[in-house]
Amino acid sequence: MAPQPVLVASGLTKSFLGTTVLADAGLTLVAGQVHGLVGENGAGKSTLMKLLAGVHQPDAGTISLDGTDVRFGHPVQAQQAGISTVFQEFNLLPDRTIAENVFLGREPVRRGMVDTAAMRRDAQELLEGLGVSHLEAGRPVRTLSVAEQQIVEIAKAVSQDARIISMDEPTAALADHEVELLYAIIGRLTARGVAILYVSHRLKEIFDLCTTITVLKDGQHVTTRAAAELDEAELVRLMVGRSLVTYFPDPLPGTVVGEPRLELEDVGHGDVDGVTLTVHAGEVVGVSGLQGSGRTELLEGVFGVRPFSRGTVRLDGRELRLRSPRRAVRAGLALVTEDRKATGLALRQSILDNALSVVRGVVPGRTGQARRAVPGVLSSLRVSARGLDQEVQFLSGGNQQKVVLARWLATEPRVVLLDEPTRGVDVGAKVAIYDLVRQLAADGFAVLMVSSELPEVIGMSDRIVVLRDGRVAGELPAGSSEEDVLQLATGAVRGAVA
Amino acid sequence: MRGRSAGLSSTAIVYLVLLATTVVGAVLTATVGRNFFSSGNISAILTATSILGLIAIGQTLVILVGSLDLSVPYVVSLASIIGGTTMAGESGNIVPAVLLTLAVAAAIGLANGLVVSQLHVHGFIATLGVGLVVSGYIGTNYQGSSGSAPKAFRAVDEAKIGPVPVSVLIMLALAALAFLMLSRTRIGHHMYAVGGSPEVARLSGLRTSPPVVVAHVLCSVLAGVAGLLLLSRLSVGSPTIGSQGGYDLLSIAAVVLGGTLLAGGRGGIVGTLGGVAIFAVMDNTMGALEVNPFLKDVVRGVIIIAAVAVYARRNLQVRPARFDRSVPPAPAGSTPPPAQEVR
Repeated sequence: MAPQPVLVASGLTKSFLGTTVLADAGLTLVAGQVHGLVGENGAGKSTLMKLLAGVHQPDAGTISLDGTDVRFGHPVQAQQAGISTVFQEFNLLPDRTIAENVFLGREPVRRGMVDTAAMRRDAQELLEGLGVSHLEAGRPVRTLSVAEQQIVEIAKAVSQDARIISMDEPTAALADHEVELLYAIIGRLTARGVAILYVSHRLKEIFDLCTTITVLKDGQHVTTRAAAELDEAELVRLMVGRSLVTYFPDPLPGTVVGEPRLELEDVGHGDVDGVTLTVHAGEVVGVSGLQGSGRTELLEGVFGVRPFSRGTVRLDGRELRLRSPRRAVRAGLALVTEDRKATGLALRQSILDNALSVVRGVVPGRTGQARRAVPGVLSSLRVSARGLDQEVQFLSGGNQQKVVLARWLATEPRVVLLDEPTRGVDVGAKVAIYDLVRQLAADGFAVLMVSSELPEVIGMSDRIVVLRDGRVAGELPAGSSEEDVLQLATGAVRGAVA
Repeated sequence: MRGRSAGLSSTAIVYLVLLATTVVGAVLTATVGRNFFSSGNISAILTATSILGLIAIGQTLVILVGSLDLSVPYVVSLASIIGGTTMAGESGNIVPAVLLTLAVAAAIGLANGLVVSQLHVHGFIATLGVGLVVSGYIGTNYQGSSGSAPKAFRAVDEAKIGPVPVSVLIMLALAALAFLMLSRTRIGHHMYAVGGSPEVARLSGLRTSPPVVVAHVLCSVLAGVAGLLLLSRLSVGSPTIGSQGGYDLLSIAAVVLGGTLLAGGRGGIVGTLGGVAIFAVMDNTMGALEVNPFLKDVVRGVIIIAAVAVYARRNLQVRPARFDRSVPPAPAGSTPPPAQEVR
């Protein structure tokens, strides 16, 4: 039987305030198949999704469902037509139960009253249909993990009889075993004939799941091809016009690994224990491990966010007692946090104010000097913005991250702690960040970098420390394979790692 | 619903605090040689809950949708005046007077709700503005006590069933209705949704205005009922009875004390009733001890802050530590104690 297209979008064009973010883009979704949508940040993926979801309305172009042209003025109309979207930021109420969230706005009513029992029962059935019967429909959403919340979103879509489910970076915040669960759920959905539009930066997932792949670049449709005709290198080339080889820059000439700069000896707090590691001047040490292995918590300990309760931290041979981030900054440490929007930036303040915020707060005497230095640092990071007074909320993820980095460089640190430095930034910005990390090493900084992306840890680190369950599982030299890292991270026997 | 979160729900904490307040109150009252549990004293405490209870129920709804109502004191005053002047001492006028009063209160609530939902003015400012308008109207037209309640109407506040005043039963009945509305009607569910996240509500296909408007209307109507009860108690309408009572901030404090999130989306009527009862017991105890009224406010203030600080801590509560937290920091140079795994 020939595959049945359920949705055909063509010629979709959208501009915001005179800037065209999507031009003449289109795709065809087929029942029971997963369609991958890839491209750098700013390529127009989100816009395309939002047009299909009815969040925005196209300036030109058509969307047709089963051969009939449709126009959605509101997300609810798209949902009623059978198109549901699982956004990166979930549309869930944390204080309400799973059942209440799934049936929000469609609560079953009997004799004028909400039939809470029926609601609970139906929600439970939906969860069972997705193979997650261990979730109780009566649990408040705030008690769920990110992965479970995502499942609630999917259950909500299923309850609306969605025939098309779009997923925006669904694995961005998931641990590996949770990704497996998501794969299984997607398998169940496609088996029922649901068409899936899958947006991800993680190319492995795209190849694991998708039958067809559409590539966008700068708002333009680049190509749509069968996944079988492509490989990762080719896909990256299509996305960025850059080959994988230049993805991770080599250490800069003249980089010298010097004296031990940051030394942790047997440190621990509530979530990590007995960690000993050393970062030398001019060295990039990667920290890897599964989600929940204590990666972020280790950095938080070093930076005094959650001070270590035991062990010793030395900076250039001098013992430090870091009880607060303020002291850490004064001692010469910098931490680029994992969640840029929540803990990295004041989104409504200007680029300049953000870049200077730490200097102003901790070493106000250096503000004038830092203010003179900031424009140069920003331009060397290739930040594209209208001006220093632009509010950072209007910048792309990559540019926001560069502002965070500029802010920490303004404090003239000796050790830079990076937590997922390239999360949610496009490939171009990633390269700029990698270049900066190399530059930092060449300038004699010590860099400790946590990353959940294995290629990144492997491609950038001089040494890799792998954490498992809050302890150091082992240390690997540069050039180790992903399998080596995974083996340590999971504690699995070689070959047993999926 | 099975309790999942570690420890007690905030409602349970509220009632534990109420219990503790009662025990302390009873002991302190006994030290001055009086019986806290005498039926007269119980009646007095219950009576004290009725007015604030009515207003706080309404305030709960408004806070749940993410708004606030600062106009309640003026609605209370206006209700007592409109009720009193319309009744004018004639028992035949009671029904029309009550209906007119509640209609006017509803209209003020409607104004609040529309300003909040249509003009997107935050409830704090919207109801402050509407409250000032009402206050100005009262100040211009009524210098002193106005109207009078007929005997039949005065009987409402005096009536008791056993030690329980009818005014409290009215309050509890309305509380039950509000509870039912929140837990078992669509509009109630949608109040939580809109208060939790207007954007989520909108993207789920809800119309986000009706819950806000309904909450404001009900809040004002409940304030109107409170004004009528005060009319029954005082037998005259008073232009200052609401603002003297400080019902705006006191009701907000009772709601927050009851565990409802000031930002909206979480909480409920049961907690609010507990909060109101805590205030009533505290006031009664301090009355028995003849505590100076300014000190009363100090105590109230401390209790509110302490309660909210406790809730805030509970919200901070994170997943349990993997490694023992209680291990003291190792003295420099010594070997750290072996870590205990508590997984």
